[in-house]
Amino acid sequence: MTYFIDRRPNAKHKSAVNRQRFLERYRKHIKRSVEEAVNRRSITDMERGEKISIPTKDISEPVFQHGPGGARNIVSPGNKEYVAGDKISRPKGKGDGNGSGEGGASNQGEGVDEFAFTLSREEFLEFVFDGLELPHLQRKPLKSLEEVKMVRAGLSRDGVPSRISITRSMREAYARRIAMRAPIKRALKDAVEALDAEERKDSVLRNPTRITELKAEIERLEKRIAGVPFIDTYDLRYHQLSAQPQPSNQAVMFCVMDVSGSMTQNHKDIAKRFFLLLYLFLEKHYEKVELVFVRHHTAAREVNEEEFFYSRETGGTIVSSALNLVNKIIEKRYPTSQWNLYVAQASDGDNWDDDSNICRDLLIKQLMPQLQYYAYVEITPHDHQSLWQEYESVVNEFPDRFAMRQIVEAGDIYPVFRELFKRRLSQS
Amino acid sequence: MSATRKRKPIATGSDWNFAVLERFDTQLASLADEYRLDTYPNQIEVITTEQMMDAYASVGMPVGYHHWSFGKQFLAVDQAYKRGQMGLAYELVINSDPCIAYLMEENTLMMQVLVMAHACYGHNSFFKGNYLFRTWTDASSIVDYLVFARRYINQCEERHGVQAVEQLLDACHALQSYGVDRYKRPSPISAEEEAKRQDERETYLQTQVNMLWRTIPGLPEGSSPLLASLHSDDDPLGLHSGGHYPSEPQENLLYFIEKNAPLLSPWQREIVRIVRKLAQYFYPQRQTQVMNEGWACFWHYTLMNRLYDDGDVDEGLMLEFLQSHAAVIYQPPFDSPHYSGINPYALGFAIFIDIKRICEAPNDEDQAWFPDIAGTPWRETLEFAMRNFKDESFIQQFLSPKVMRDHKLFLVVDDDQAETLEVAAIHNEQGYRRVRDALATQYALSVREPNIQVAEAAIRGDRSLTLHHVQDSRRPLGRSVYPVMRHLQQLWGFPVHLVSLEEGRVTRRYHWPIEDENSTA
Repeated sequence: MTYFIDRRPNAKHKSAVNRQRFLERYRKHIKRSVEEAVNRRSITDMERGEKISIPTKDISEPVFQHGPGGARNIVSPGNKEYVAGDKISRPKGKGDGNGSGEGGASNQGEGVDEFAFTLSREEFLEFVFDGLELPHLQRKPLKSLEEVKMVRAGLSRDGVPSRISITRSMREAYARRIAMRAPIKRALKDAVEALDAEERKDSVLRNPTRITELKAEIERLEKRIAGVPFIDTYDLRYHQLSAQPQPSNQAVMFCVMDVSGSMTQNHKDIAKRFFLLLYLFLEKHYEKVELVFVRHHTAAREVNEEEFFYSRETGGTIVSSALNLVNKIIEKRYPTSQWNLYVAQASDGDNWDDDSNICRDLLIKQLMPQLQYYAYVEITPHDHQSLWQEYESVVNEFPDRFAMRQIVEAGDIYPVFRELFKRRLSQS
Repeated sequence: MSATRKRKPIATGSDWNFAVLERFDTQLASLADEYRLDTYPNQIEVITTEQMMDAYASVGMPVGYHHWSFGKQFLAVDQAYKRGQMGLAYELVINSDPCIAYLMEENTLMMQVLVMAHACYGHNSFFKGNYLFRTWTDASSIVDYLVFARRYINQCEERHGVQAVEQLLDACHALQSYGVDRYKRPSPISAEEEAKRQDERETYLQTQVNMLWRTIPGLPEGSSPLLASLHSDDDPLGLHSGGHYPSEPQENLLYFIEKNAPLLSPWQREIVRIVRKLAQYFYPQRQTQVMNEGWACFWHYTLMNRLYDDGDVDEGLMLEFLQSHAAVIYQPPFDSPHYSGINPYALGFAIFIDIKRICEAPNDEDQAWFPDIAGTPWRETLEFAMRNFKDESFIQQFLSPKVMRDHKLFLVVDDDQAETLEVAAIHNEQGYRRVRDALATQYALSVREPNIQVAEAAIRGDRSLTLHHVQDSRRPLGRSVYPVMRHLQQLWGFPVHLVSLEEGRVTRRYHWPIEDENSTA
């Protein structure tokens, strides 16, 4: 007796819980690999999962087993030249002091030092955020711009021909045909049966008039059946569309970084992580996210990512140079009607004396009206200086869209990030 | 047997559908019937690649409790499969009634038919026929028991936390090969029974344990002395007789823990029991790898050839089959980079095929070596061989000089006190018996795994537990001994000692927690 069962539609991911347990158990190892990966990777390269290796000895499940040493007999296949009594010198580098290295048939995994597997992108990101001491990034719906999208919203009886739903129309037509034909078919069946009965009668008893009548009736009914229209305007159904406000699906993030002499590599790493988080955050909400890297000392320049984080060029500080450049780039390449604009600025807060109030004016008058959000992080253990104070007045002006926080050490990044994005952002 | 060739095969090409599979199954079933293969009903499940990996990860169990090690297994399979280092297609079959076998949706038609022949008629009849499976497993209740185990462990996780359960399972898994009764037949496991008896058992077990440890000074007064209070029914193992506890060494470490560990709570004992029961269920499989795979290969080979002879499959499918079959029973030589020990499929298939040959066309050598089976009806002889042996005795009984020659088997002695390895015997007249003995021994679990038993629980002293490792040929324990002892100590709750003995002489002592060697030596 055999039963066949198609299990394919059943739940997959039966191992998901076990897999999760495994990841949980080796959290520390994995976190280390992920952190290394994050530091190694560029901001834009977050699309893939990550290959993780864990030393086999760390994940082995111990059981009692024989160690090397003593005397043992080993039967092997494939003898070509040996005869009994031959001496063979010991194979080198095998089994010495290694608990698992037994000759013979039963051992597997010899020579494999690393247990390697691949984290999916989601798992990878989870670990990225976990490294920042919060397991889940809270999703905040960003409010939409003016764009709307037409979405299907059911069916209706009228509409334009291009929106006909063929399947639904045909189904309606089919139903109508069944409904309309049913009584006629019933009458036809009765007539056919009556005719049949009449014709089966003995020729003496047959009623020729009745037969003629019935034949005419059958003919009439058949015509009526044939006459039921295949499709009627009454059957037609049209897709209904309705306008749904849509988050505009592209965004650009300006990463603005102060690279004056006081910004150490550590500062830049903190900034990088901050930008990375923001990037991932945006990426969750927009189909397309672009990055613009602007670095500045006394003058600002648009650079690529590599140069942004690792170039050693340095000098004094004029923050407004960067803001001006951002403004120019927006005008040239990112019209606000099409792009959601974000600026993230990282600095140690040190600025040229007379520049900070220029920055304030620039922000309030020119930049902020165009931006979705501006996040300023000051990476410094010291007291705030003029830039911070001037920015405070920008916060007053745009409390929902301008945010600033201080970061002292790497551990502050995530909490600060979360705070910066905790409120629902509103349109101007 | 020369059947008249039908003109039309059941199907051609590599695509399959359920109707075609059913027709092949009908055909296979009638052939199996003709060959008198006694099988459980088959439940053939068509699954996706990913489901197959899930199944692999849980040792093929259709339902399993959650544990990180299964996740690790899944990742390992997943990785190997994606890199193309491993084909998943071959087979996965569960010793249950009905016998569950999986077919992967992306297999070709040939593969599906091959797997059906191999698993549904080969393995299935082995499970039903072999004495170890008949004695030690209850195919009709395993799935229910798994469901029970999973639910119970889930509940424990809810009540006591995932981590507590995980730690306990880690410890039990480390000892699971020592959680089996090797000589005593266990009572069949049934989920219904388990559930019914479970509460009862919890309280009962605990009173037993309490009674045992009541002899320790400082426990409640007025309790009756241990030995007097025990009826022989309460102590079926005779653990309490004699002044020594246990009176005989106990090989089933997990059973001993379950019944005697002083500090475990009832739910922990139940989990120990679950792991022990599952280990017991898989125990026959560990002892019959060569036979089981050999038997399944023999039958898929025989059945596929019959399908061809009867005209149910065409040449194309047959060629594809032969290629696949050859890959499965390929034995790389010891010096090949692909060598990873003796291939149980190859060895088992070779022996079964050779038994058939000895029955049908014995030569002088066969007459001399196998007077009992040379010239007997092959089907009966094969059945006898399948039913009454395990790998160790099967090889001892049926490995023929021809198979040793074909596989060019040779025996090397590796003695760490000698300068070099020595070839002790090869596949020739002088060597056959020694090679065969050595290969049989190689499959004895008692040789593959260290022999470790509970020697004494200090019920009147510091409550420590002492194990004896009976060492053989000076083979020491591997490094993993300490992690395992740590797990054991966690279960036992008090210090654990392990003594390696060879010919009555102590060769090494291990302690956990690690103490100063000098203080105990």
